Amino acid sequence: MENSSIIKIENLVKKFPMGKGEFTALSGIGLTLSQGEFAGLIGPSGSGKTTLLNIIGSLDVPTSGLVKVLGQSISELNAKESARLRKENLGFIFQSYNLLAVHTVYENVEFPLLLLGLSSGERKKMVMDALEWVGLTDKIRSKPPQLSGGECQRVAVARAMVKKPSIVLADEPTANLDAANSHNILKTMEELNRELKTSFLFATHDEKVINYLHRKIFLLDGRIDKDEVVSN
Amino acid sequence: MKLAIKLAFRNLIGAGLRTWLNVIVLSFSFVIIIWMKGVITGWDHQAKIDMTNWQIGEGQYWHENYDPYDPFTLNDSHAPVPEILREEVRQDSMTPLLISQGTIYPQGRLQSIMIKGLDPHQKIFHLPSHKLDTTISDAIPAIIGSGMAKNLQLGISDRVMIQWRDTEGTFDASEICITDIFSVNVPAVDQGQIYIPLNELRSMLNLEDEATILTYNNVRTDRSDVTGWIHKSKEELTSSVDELIKVKTAGTSVLYAVLILLAMLAIFDTQVLSIFKRQKEIGTYIALGYTRREVVGLFTVEGTMHAVFAALLSAAYGIPFLTWQAKNGWTMPMDTSEFGMAIAQTLYPVYSAGLVAGTVLIIMTVTAIVSYWPSRKIAGMNPTEALRGRIQ
Ligand SMILES: Nc1ncnc2c1ncn2[C@@H]1O[C@H](COP(=O)(O)OP(=O)(O)OP(=O)(O)O)[C@@H](O)[C@H]1O
Ligand SMILES: [Mg+2]
Repeated sequence: MENSSIIKIENLVKKFPMGKGEFTALSGIGLTLSQGEFAGLIGPSGSGKTTLLNIIGSLDVPTSGLVKVLGQSISELNAKESARLRKENLGFIFQSYNLLAVHTVYENVEFPLLLLGLSSGERKKMVMDALEWVGLTDKIRSKPPQLSGGECQRVAVARAMVKKPSIVLADEPTANLDAANSHNILKTMEELNRELKTSFLFATHDEKVINYLHRKIFLLDGRIDKDEVVSN
Repeated sequence: MKLAIKLAFRNLIGAGLRTWLNVIVLSFSFVIIIWMKGVITGWDHQAKIDMTNWQIGEGQYWHENYDPYDPFTLNDSHAPVPEILREEVRQDSMTPLLISQGTIYPQGRLQSIMIKGLDPHQKIFHLPSHKLDTTISDAIPAIIGSGMAKNLQLGISDRVMIQWRDTEGTFDASEICITDIFSVNVPAVDQGQIYIPLNELRSMLNLEDEATILTYNNVRTDRSDVTGWIHKSKEELTSSVDELIKVKTAGTSVLYAVLILLAMLAIFDTQVLSIFKRQKEIGTYIALGYTRREVVGLFTVEGTMHAVFAALLSAAYGIPFLTWQAKNGWTMPMDTSEFGMAIAQTLYPVYSAGLVAGTVLIIMTVTAIVSYWPSRKIAGMNPTEALRGRIQ
């Protein structure tokens, strides 16, 4: 990691095949994110937020350009290496929570630790810590269908945070939540950012989220329109 | 792998009813296949034991002209007991049987029969030959099987005329008196057969000391043909049973295939449905750090685990059922004496460890393949589209 920059993007282009031609979803993206940032990609629907987040999360690959996450070039990773990057260093939070419906809250949060092969003692401690951060220690035996949307998203936050990843990528995490729950979740994430120095990168067009961001990266038609750091 | 098993277990239990429906269907396949194969094996055993006890002993010597499928050879299929086998006959470990063609006239009808001369003191067959060791005025004592008795409408102490030709070709006739009726599962011992004392038949035919078949009951491996006599091992004599079993096994295999196919359709359907319905979940696994291959592995383990559950469930109700069957037997709903083969009314299934292990192995393997087949598709999925649940 050079100069604590954990994400480094240069001249990124992403094209999707469409009909006979191609559709350019991202073009000329250049971006650097440092350790501990609380940043967001802001833009209207179709501006390329999710596409960019997916590439950073090594779920997708750039068409051209350089994308380095924690010093590793996304285009050069094989399936195993990219899975490993996600497993060890990245946390994901989705708009629709994406919890495992038949697993309990505890099991959902435990999942990333199982993938890391930690012992059950270690897992237990870390899961309970994570559930404490999001205030859900009383719901460990519940299953997602029995929880409210806000509670589900808090489980998702705990699952993303439990292994203390370097980066959390959150795609519209509040889109399904009411105002109170949105603030709740955001406050929790802000605290975790402060305490654990975890970097957060959001994709959003939700005003409530935007107000919490310390750095706002505006996307428009697949290009960076504006990139401002909020001083507080 | 350990993690996949743990997750697959959670997923299957979580899926609830659907899992259990699959498991129940699969477990039927386990139990029915093992039971049916057991019945066939039991039949094989029973048929061979019955043949040993009633018809062939541990093996036989046939007069070289004897052909059981051609009654006209009987006139020439007899000879004195060969010198080197006489000791065994004296020691009761071998018994001579003399066979002649004859005719019986029950209620004035005419029916062709085999007259078999049996030593009343023989110790080889379960036939009640001691009932022949009696004198009846004006009649020859005879025993017959229950099928024959029913056919001829004869009961104990009934009398009937029989006719035969001696070696000169002269017809002769006498009355016989039924002294016993025995029940046997071997049709060749029952249908069309009448047993009278050996010496009686010998003097009727003027064939003192002669025999058609010599049956022994001691297991010796050094036997071979004797001049004028052909040695028939037990394996040869029971090969017709093996043939029959083979045909039956082939017939029931179709049923096994249908049973397995049904179970596999259920599993296949579940798997196909899973990869479509659970796209988001698949995307989530990948986002959390699984490779797509590992997800394929997880889904394969999940599908295969149905068979593991089914094996456990089968053990839970199958072991008591199969044990009960082995003990009490399975009584066939139709009259088996009409089958024309050595089959008892009640069959006692016999299960071997190989049968159980083989069945479990085959079903597990087929389930694994059927689980893997649709899951391969996951390896080609685009994780971002899976996450959105957009794959058609
Ligand atoms: N797999 C794909 N194939 C073709 N086009 C795609 C694909 N994924 C995204 N796009 C297109 O790329 C553009 C950017 O999509 P993206 O999902 O990144 O937008 P977004 O900013 O996240 O929008 P929203 O706020 O609605 O989530 C859209 O026009 C979309 O239709
Ligand atoms: Mg989006």
